Amino acid sequence: MTTTKQHGGIGARLRRGVEPAVLLGPGLLFYAVLVAVPVLLVTGYMFATRGRFGGVEWELGLDNFTRVTDSVYLEVFRESLGLALLATLLALLIGYPTAYAIAKLPPRWRTVALVLVVVPFWTNFLIRVYAWIVLLNSQGLLNDLLVGIGVTDDRFTLLYTPGAVVVGLVYSYLPLMILPLYAAIEKVDDDLLEASADLGAGRVRTFLGVQLPLTLPGVVTGSILVFVPSLGNFVVPELLGGGKTVMVGNLIRDQFLKAQDWPFGSVLAMMVVVLLVLLFLGQAWVTRRVEGGARG
Amino acid sequence: MTTLLEVQEVSRSFGDVRALDDVSLSIAENEFFALLGPSGCGKTTLLRSIAGFEHPDSGAVLLGGADLLALPPNKRPVNLMFQSYALFPHLSVAANIAYGLKRERLAKAEIAQRVAEVLDTVGLGAMAERRPAQLSGGQRQRVALARAIVKRPRLLLLDEPLSALDRKVRAEMQLELKRLQHEVGITFVVVTHDQEEAMSMADRIAVLAAGRVQQVATPLELYRQPANLFVADFIGTSNLLPGPGDGEHLVVRPEAVRLVAPGEGRLEGTVADTQFQGGTSSVAVDVPGRERPFLVTLPGATEAVRGTSVGLAWEDAVVVREGLA
Amino acid sequence: MASGTRRSGLGWLWLPLVLCAAFLYLPILVLVVMSFNGGGSAYSWDGFSLRWYDELLHDDVLLESVVTSLGIAAGATVIATVLGTLLAVGLARHTRSRLLEAAAMAPAILPDLVLAIGLLSFFYAAGIPKSAGTVLLAHAAFGTAFVVAVVRSRLAGSDAALEEASRDLGAGALSTFVLITLPSIAPAVVAGALLVFTLSLDEFVIAYFTAGPTTKTLPITVYSMVRTGVTPEINALATVLVVVSVVVVVVAARAIRPKEKS
Repeated sequence: MTTTKQHGGIGARLRRGVEPAVLLGPGLLFYAVLVAVPVLLVTGYMFATRGRFGGVEWELGLDNFTRVTDSVYLEVFRESLGLALLATLLALLIGYPTAYAIAKLPPRWRTVALVLVVVPFWTNFLIRVYAWIVLLNSQGLLNDLLVGIGVTDDRFTLLYTPGAVVVGLVYSYLPLMILPLYAAIEKVDDDLLEASADLGAGRVRTFLGVQLPLTLPGVVTGSILVFVPSLGNFVVPELLGGGKTVMVGNLIRDQFLKAQDWPFGSVLAMMVVVLLVLLFLGQAWVTRRVEGGARG
Repeated sequence: MTTLLEVQEVSRSFGDVRALDDVSLSIAENEFFALLGPSGCGKTTLLRSIAGFEHPDSGAVLLGGADLLALPPNKRPVNLMFQSYALFPHLSVAANIAYGLKRERLAKAEIAQRVAEVLDTVGLGAMAERRPAQLSGGQRQRVALARAIVKRPRLLLLDEPLSALDRKVRAEMQLELKRLQHEVGITFVVVTHDQEEAMSMADRIAVLAAGRVQQVATPLELYRQPANLFVADFIGTSNLLPGPGDGEHLVVRPEAVRLVAPGEGRLEGTVADTQFQGGTSSVAVDVPGRERPFLVTLPGATEAVRGTSVGLAWEDAVVVREGLA
Repeated sequence: MASGTRRSGLGWLWLPLVLCAAFLYLPILVLVVMSFNGGGSAYSWDGFSLRWYDELLHDDVLLESVVTSLGIAAGATVIATVLGTLLAVGLARHTRSRLLEAAAMAPAILPDLVLAIGLLSFFYAAGIPKSAGTVLLAHAAFGTAFVVAVVRSRLAGSDAALEEASRDLGAGALSTFVLITLPSIAPAVVAGALLVFTLSLDEFVIAYFTAGPTTKTLPITVYSMVRTGVTPEINALATVLVVVSVVVVVVAARAIRPKEKS
């Protein structure tokens, strides 16, 4: 005589659901209101039109999208991409050797080095940008140095140029490049490098053929961590670029806080987000390829 | 024997995989029961279902006639000894053991007394204030055991209790567990993949494969009268021969075989290897047409020499069907 | 395991290491040195002096914004730590959905500008006037994501056995959480809280968009100072902030140290 009674019935199943609900509920609700809703709102704004006294009027259309294709804005976008890419590349060129060097330090020194890398990052962002304003100023130390060495006779302005913006971006986010690179380099098994040498590859070949490919996920992560905030940045272009270098971030900021054209600003912001998503997908793909190995 | 636990047609699937397929069995009071099978056979799922950490899709589990599945794990009069022991690292041995008693809101004096008692029972009286990290594997296992026993559950579940121990300790613990079970008088249900372990400790064994019960019987019955090919092959060593009928196999146990002159036995072959093991000898015979050597266990020493031809004869053999239940 | 530790020293890698260190610290050092410069000009040395620190201590606007920032950071930290810890435990023990896990950490990955305009729009649409409270909520929102990330990764290695053992021994869900789960994740929770606190203090973009006209957090005040005036007070402020950062990072590095599995 057997019964096919459901285990404890509905009561038990409901009771089992209480714990996940209590754990996940508040946080997800909080997110839903403060993250999901804002993002949806901005997405919706893309199709709306600006209100006459600021804010938004819900007259839907695709005007904002066509406006974006205006060459002025495309130019800004192109320049932003260029500067962000340049900053990322420089960060990579500086960051990789540095991360490699740290990985080769004796263990105790490694922690010290990593702490030293992180400390500037935790110092107020604006202060650090300000430091470069001081350094790059035409009366500034850097100029003094260059004149002193004899590189140049003039006092030229390093400040308020695209170059200054790039330097500022690199400086702000360099630690974010170094840390993932360090993690990736540190993971590479010494045996692989030695095997490469044993098989006849020189230092350069070993680097290009073994180390670089294996640390690629770290390169990608670091690059994204520098590229994304660089692209959306408005503080650095404003303070170090002096308003002459306008990046997407400045545009977005202006639309929201000055020109009060929120719908248009939303489109610009969403373009950045879409780019971001594509980058993340690319990163996941690269990581799978490198770590998936035989399956890939 | 009164029935304590009844499992009735319990099923559980994970996606496409049927971890438990209409499993039914009953366990008696004061029994030392084993759930035996290869990994993935569902034994751990069944154990965890009884403990309350897995939830069957259908079927019922009755403890002393009452619906067990309706209760959350902390309300079941059942306790589980985890394979990894799961000792709380931030609590002392005594605090670990007292943990379950505190949840019952017993008086402090009573808790202290029972903790001391059980520590004595498992022989760890001196370790009360140590932390788990300071104990050896065998000691940790005893703490885990003590922690479960002290609550005097009606049923004690043990998930691969000996797997983490090294061989010498394992043999000792097998005896310990048996002794403990008798002394404390609790029904033990042990999950293991090691058939030697199950055979030596359990009063009755349920052999599982692919989520289904293949056979439930005493060790002797399982050995002498396996229900199917799987059980015959899983329990002890066996020589399998194609059987009389279609889909049937003949199971010949090594100790049932005698070595005779070539031509006088049912099979003929060449001695591949002999090992003297003290009380018995093991002889492996290569028989043409068989992949694996035919295994023979003889009392005492043997005169069989490598390379010579011998005949194999036996009287007792069991016929089993192929396939699983 | 570690790259090249078997091989001899750094060789030519010393150069990039030193150059990078110089690059990272030179600007900060300049500010620190200048903070003790008696003269007003940033470009000539006028004798050692602590007057800028003195002015810092008497700058009411600045001090008020420090208090505002601390208040917002504290509030955001409390909310983020509680919600984030609960969320992390829930994700670790009750879901297998990669999507949900990614969603829980999304705010940390989105560019702050996007979050900023989103929150601005939200508060406007909901008719909530901007104030210190809106900044607090905004910081709590992205702070939660960081707590989730830290606590989640701490839980990633561990299985549910300890919690199941606790339930098996008779403890209810709440007792288990308080007596067993929390002690085991405590270092990560602390690290997460510290992280949120520091991030909030330093955060500019989101605060800038969601602050009311009278709400001045420290970064917002610094922003105005940098844009308008050139009072050398900023150098003193910078030095103080650097020292605080060093302390925080060192403490956090100790707390985050991963648990050794015995």
